[in-house]
Amino acid sequence: MTGAPGRIAYLNARLLDPETGLDTIGALLVEDGRIADFGSHLFKTGAPSVNEVVDCRGHCLAPGLIDIRVQLREPGEEHKETIASASLAASHGGITTLVQLPNTQPVIDDVSVLEFVARRSRELKGTKVFSYGALTKGLQGEEISEIGLLTEAGAVAFTDGERALTDAKVMRRAMSYARTFDAMIVQHPEEPSLAKNGVMNSGELAAKLGLSGIPSVAEVIMIERDLRLLETVGGRFHFAHVTTAAGIEAIRKAKAAGMDVSCDTAPHYFALNELAIGDYRSFAKVSPPLRSEEDRQAVVAGLADGTIDIVASDHAPHDQDSKRLPFDEAAFGVAGLETLLPLVLSLYHNGHMSLIDALSLVTIHPAKRFRLTGGRLKRGAPADLVLFDPDLAWRVDEDALHSKSKNSAFGGRPVQGKVLRTMVDGRPLFVAEKSK
Amino acid sequence: MTQQPDHAFPHRHLLGIEGLSPLDISLILDLADSYVDQSRRIDKKSELMKGLTVINLFFENSTRTRTSFEAAAKRLDADVINMSVSSSSIKKGETLIDTAMTLNAMHPDVLVVRHANSGAVQLLSEKVDGAVINAGDGRHEHPTQALLDALTIRRRRGTIGGLTVAICGDIAHSRVARSNIQLLQIMGARVRLIAPPTLLPSKPERFGVEVFTDMREGLQDVDIVMMLRLQLERMQGAFVPSVREYFHFFGLDRQKLSYAKPDALVMHPGPMNRGVEIDSELADDIDRSLIRQQVEMGVAVRMACLDVLTRPLREGAAQ
Repeated sequence: MTGAPGRIAYLNARLLDPETGLDTIGALLVEDGRIADFGSHLFKTGAPSVNEVVDCRGHCLAPGLIDIRVQLREPGEEHKETIASASLAASHGGITTLVQLPNTQPVIDDVSVLEFVARRSRELKGTKVFSYGALTKGLQGEEISEIGLLTEAGAVAFTDGERALTDAKVMRRAMSYARTFDAMIVQHPEEPSLAKNGVMNSGELAAKLGLSGIPSVAEVIMIERDLRLLETVGGRFHFAHVTTAAGIEAIRKAKAAGMDVSCDTAPHYFALNELAIGDYRSFAKVSPPLRSEEDRQAVVAGLADGTIDIVASDHAPHDQDSKRLPFDEAAFGVAGLETLLPLVLSLYHNGHMSLIDALSLVTIHPAKRFRLTGGRLKRGAPADLVLFDPDLAWRVDEDALHSKSKNSAFGGRPVQGKVLRTMVDGRPLFVAEKSK
Repeated sequence: MTQQPDHAFPHRHLLGIEGLSPLDISLILDLADSYVDQSRRIDKKSELMKGLTVINLFFENSTRTRTSFEAAAKRLDADVINMSVSSSSIKKGETLIDTAMTLNAMHPDVLVVRHANSGAVQLLSEKVDGAVINAGDGRHEHPTQALLDALTIRRRRGTIGGLTVAICGDIAHSRVARSNIQLLQIMGARVRLIAPPTLLPSKPERFGVEVFTDMREGLQDVDIVMMLRLQLERMQGAFVPSVREYFHFFGLDRQKLSYAKPDALVMHPGPMNRGVEIDSELADDIDRSLIRQQVEMGVAVRMACLDVLTRPLREGAAQ
């Protein structure tokens, strides 16, 4: 991928680098698509000789966001989302790198599909798109996929996407096989026999609404099983979207015991609880389901104490026809690319963590865990950057989303923090109206 | 062959390499050397086992091993009876021990037994009067294969001690690997295992071997590369994802062989899956591949085994 030619100077920026903890007013110079220099010293002594100067007016200039859990729907369901439409939405959300789940059609369990996605993304020159490889062939949970060849071809990690790998023997073999290639396994932690036919969290509200519940214990059962296997086999392991107090506690203990395990959650699990379903609002139907208020608070606590390493959008685009249905029949999942940053910033605005710590959840933490190059301000690194105003208030309007699918769970919600400019390899992919 | 070695083989049966001493193994290999010569003559036959009966009792299909044992026994002039039990009594409900007792009543002097279950050959050996040779039991042992491999190496390299031997592939399910690991270590070779972890037995270090999951690292400075057969049913996702991935990372080709010593030799117990665990052209390279010699050595080693096990019987009859 080639960067934008020439030199662009970002002046008067609040530089934020979660890797080093840098938080200072200064300037940043992009040269041929890479970060050439940055800091408070830069351009102090005189005007730079550059092709373009951007006055950041004191707004935050940080590494572009990395979203490690996105469903792209291309190839296979282009009416819901494409690499191009997701890239457009991502750039409005300040995301410069995303990792897509393998649950496309065909499934990414073959090098040729992986390479198709990589080529499309390269041609579009938009948000950088990486892919998971399927952990098992066809996501069927029976036979391990070509983890070695897919790793060589650039698969970032291996997962069966929205499905849990249930068979303990297959999981043990997959763990052991993945170790050969130092590949990370990502599990959707949910015991399917407990989740079967369930559409929301088990409990009082499900009883009142007359909907089938998914008990929170479904999560911790799978987490603990996998941790037991991991104890004997070893390897790198990551739990996707954890949502329950018990599940988070199990991971907290495993980390304390020194296991190579990590986890993420999605904004709806710390910004919403099951009450968001209200009167059968299918736009709040997600998998795993929105949980109780106690669980939501446990997610916030897990983020604050570092048990939860990463926040990912869990972007799951669905067209209206898949969502505007009776609650039981509606598809699981919400569109989340464009609301990721403000919802992560809510952790800061609500006093749960510092601005730098909140940003690290979507920059350096996913970069390190998934071994991606972005997520830091570094001389010589690709200029994947986001300029944002952390305080600017706005109201989410689902119809204004740039994703092909408008199934946000946050429609109408007032949020704080707005993306002003998103750069990939120094090229501005998105520039907000006001800052032009 | 009537040479009288000064070491007497102290075992009634040959159930495994486990329990054999370096002297036991050398005795068999020395004898086998002479049987190689006998097998290369126009008249390949001697009368060592004249009048003795050998029953090849195979509960699991085999062509190569059974034929090799049959040729060995016939060259020593024994009467040979082949029984493939998988196709007869078992299906009628007869138990292993029933079969053993039935055959024992026919007074066989040697029973050559293969069975799909580990330990089955030993169980049978406890119930019969003749000598029993294990021709492969489950995932446990296949001692004559290890002996013929040793003979092949010794004839080519002069010695086994001090060599570094890499055993590669489906070690978890391989009786050949278990027998070879023990024999090579008894004879003073250093053994390495190279396989994806799904094809390694659990805690492989307890065998006293070095374990690698990468061919490039594992083949460094190796003298002998022993490839193992990967069963077809294990290639399709259960233990390894696919044939192409297995061959890419673990199949032996010239590139991977180049990581070993420049004069490293290649072995395979057969039957080979060309293009799965071994590159076809490499398998046929007479300068690097010992695969054909292994087959020839098989007959000689089995003659030697029949010789040592029937020696007390023959000496008793002669007195």
